[in-house]
Amino acid sequence: MITFKVNQTPVNVDADPDMPLLWVLRDLLGLTGTKFGCGVAQCGACTVHLNGEAVRSCVTRVSRAAGQEVVTIEGLNSDHPLQQVWATLDVPQCGYCQSGQLMSAAELLRENPNPSDRDIDQAMSGNICRCGTYPRIRAAIHQAAELQRKGGANG
Amino acid sequence: MKKDRIGDPLDRIDGRLKVTGGATYSGEYKLPGLTYGVLVPATIASGAVVSIDTKAAERALGVVAVITPFNAPKVPGFQPGATGAAKPVKGLKLFNDDQVHFNGQPIALVIAETFERATYAASLVKATYKTAPFETDFRKNFDKGVVPNEGKYKDYVRGEADAYKSAPVIVEQDYMLPSEMHNPMELHVTIAFWDGDDKVTLYTKSQGVIGSQRAIAGAFGLDVANVQINSRFVGGAFGSSLRTWPHEIAAVQAAKMVKRPVKLTLTREQMFTLVGYRPLTIQKIGLGASTDGTLMGITHESHSQTAVYEEFTENAVNVSRFLYASPNANTRYKVVPLNVGVPAPMRGPGEATGSFALESALDELSYKLKLDPIELRLRNYADKDLERNLPWSSKYLKECYQLGSERIGWGNRPSTPGTLRDGEWMVGYGIGCGAFGAYRNKASAKIRLSPDGTVNIESATSDIGPGTGTSMTLIAADTLGIPAEKITFRLGDSSFPVAPTQGGSQTCSSVGSAVHDACIALKQKLNTLAGLPADSDAPIDYSGILQKLGLPSLELTQESQASDEAKGYSMYSFSAHFAQVHVHPLTGAVRVKRLVAVVDGGKIVNHKTASSQMIGGAVGGIGMVLTEEAVFDDRYGRYVNGNFADYHVPVNADIPDIEAIFIDKPDTIINPVGSKGLGEISLIGVAAAVANAVYNATGKRIRELPITPDKVLLA
Repeated sequence: MITFKVNQTPVNVDADPDMPLLWVLRDLLGLTGTKFGCGVAQCGACTVHLNGEAVRSCVTRVSRAAGQEVVTIEGLNSDHPLQQVWATLDVPQCGYCQSGQLMSAAELLRENPNPSDRDIDQAMSGNICRCGTYPRIRAAIHQAAELQRKGGANG
Repeated sequence: MKKDRIGDPLDRIDGRLKVTGGATYSGEYKLPGLTYGVLVPATIASGAVVSIDTKAAERALGVVAVITPFNAPKVPGFQPGATGAAKPVKGLKLFNDDQVHFNGQPIALVIAETFERATYAASLVKATYKTAPFETDFRKNFDKGVVPNEGKYKDYVRGEADAYKSAPVIVEQDYMLPSEMHNPMELHVTIAFWDGDDKVTLYTKSQGVIGSQRAIAGAFGLDVANVQINSRFVGGAFGSSLRTWPHEIAAVQAAKMVKRPVKLTLTREQMFTLVGYRPLTIQKIGLGASTDGTLMGITHESHSQTAVYEEFTENAVNVSRFLYASPNANTRYKVVPLNVGVPAPMRGPGEATGSFALESALDELSYKLKLDPIELRLRNYADKDLERNLPWSSKYLKECYQLGSERIGWGNRPSTPGTLRDGEWMVGYGIGCGAFGAYRNKASAKIRLSPDGTVNIESATSDIGPGTGTSMTLIAADTLGIPAEKITFRLGDSSFPVAPTQGGSQTCSSVGSAVHDACIALKQKLNTLAGLPADSDAPIDYSGILQKLGLPSLELTQESQASDEAKGYSMYSFSAHFAQVHVHPLTGAVRVKRLVAVVDGGKIVNHKTASSQMIGGAVGGIGMVLTEEAVFDDRYGRYVNGNFADYHVPVNADIPDIEAIFIDKPDTIINPVGSKGLGEISLIGVAAAVANAVYNATGKRIRELPITPDKVLLA
């Protein structure tokens, strides 16, 4: 059994220590908000936070999470400024990559409360979106950063 | 009371679900007893499977079954002369015979208790082959191109063929486009399970649940009503889910064999071989003009790749027949059958391919004539459709030129290429135009009014990303005169009233009309029940009227289709894309700095989702022109870059600010809403705009996509 916290709730999973964290989340814990896009850390759809750091859960063994804290899209503060702005600016289209986009953006905003376009491009270029939502991702991160600076959030 | 009107920027109705991880895609349904299927690909490009050793795989822990051509249950629709409910299946018939047509074609399917065990067991399946010669090299086989449809495809001639050759000013060039992959972020996935021998349910990635329902029913000889297709959320498709693919039929076949639910998910690498792509195409354009820039002849020839086992065609050359007012125009089209997977329509399908060539050649002509490219287009503006000899239902392309050139700052464009700099970067501007048929097919919708005044609408359409549910809600809100939050629109379920597949930019026009007409029918019925004339404009109290009439609810289904009047018109959406690029003289890197997309797509139903749709298409166009290329190794007949590290789809850092501008004038002919469609036109023309801007910046004409730094430096 491997024990860790997901979205602040302790979980016990009966999984091979080498099983990708993504499969544990989706198949064993039923948290399907985190997506599978490639399985080899090339697309970012599976991004979650491990102790606050954005990781590609498809190449992160579940053993690395033992005793640690994992946060998925389901556990991102549901009023996170990013999620609010994402919806009002119509960032998602098909929506499939957006959990990963949001988790990458959340890490960026925590580390850099006032990112430039260049900072955003650098931080977000590992998250592929085939619908082409990139310009709105950039705009939404700026707007969420402003909301956050005004204290409108606790992301 | 709050009114939501057509044209408002309504928030996406499922936006909240999509930012909280709450949207459930086809592969995410939990079913008791679910098993997992993993395909085993052929490792030869042509020949036959002599034998398959499945013993080790069958002995592996957790394996339920291994399906091969030697033990597969027969699929009725695969058999010659399929009759009754069984309909002949087009294309590849997996596990039906021993033939291998391309490298990567599945030759076996392993079903196991877990995905890991199925994957491991699949690695244990050993095949022996009798190999045959194969051809995958497009250029080598160029001359083996055939006229499609068994030679029955008709070349087009207006006036005199190849008239361009005798004009005073001539452009004659070849343009090459490599194969491009749809690569939606969600992998293709199907979950299938049977209820007895004659009923089956699928959760599958589909752009058209009715199309999928009919295809599965036909393949297995089932009553259509006994096939249930669910595809509520689709994680992108771009044309790759327009049809029912062999692996979907294989999942249904496997579920029948093991009598349990089967989930079959393709790998990213399999997405390059099993679900279509935009085919490699070489086009030749001949343009002839008088010295004042009047076109005297357009000739457009295209050769594109197809599969040896199934022919794929698209409208690569058609745009040259009608976009400009040349008295003489002719097109020729051939396909080159190779040992490859079959292509599929990819966003803006052939039109995007053809427009790259035509609009590039037109740009070349403008420099030869020393004429502004927009002026050249204006001098050859088509006031009617010369191909069909019909008036346009609506066309505002001139307005697109005007708005776009103002917005991009066309006046800053150097008339001599390679003369404008911004620091060390060379700067250029380009234009590329597009057209795509404005289609409307028969569609229907069911509407139900509840006593509390809420309205439910259902239609078996899909939403692969444009925001169909949101625009349908807005159409209903406007037509009924109630707030959008009172309306629930449901789609992606084959038990709902019939609607066309989401493809060819027709959903808003087709399904939107059905929703509009259903709302009108509901109003008429309520008026009649209330003793008023059916078409009374008196406001309806939706929350009180059912109680007043003593009804528990009111429900009706409405079918809608185009009027006869529409047959007298040629109906297209038009676009003009403007690009400003920077090109680095030392590295050859091309950066798109700005992109302005101006579109005549008729009335815009929802400005918010429409703008997203336009920008998304432009991003796809940037990928097409600058980064995307599926690279083949002709020694083995296999892609060498079947992954996201080596096949480059655009990322955030590749994409500038993109502005979408709408003419937003309703087309009064096509449908009651006046909407013509955006999905394809958003991409068509972008590649030429960027390629033309690269020439304007550098004086280097790159006619082979993608325009990578090496090509810029070597040109």
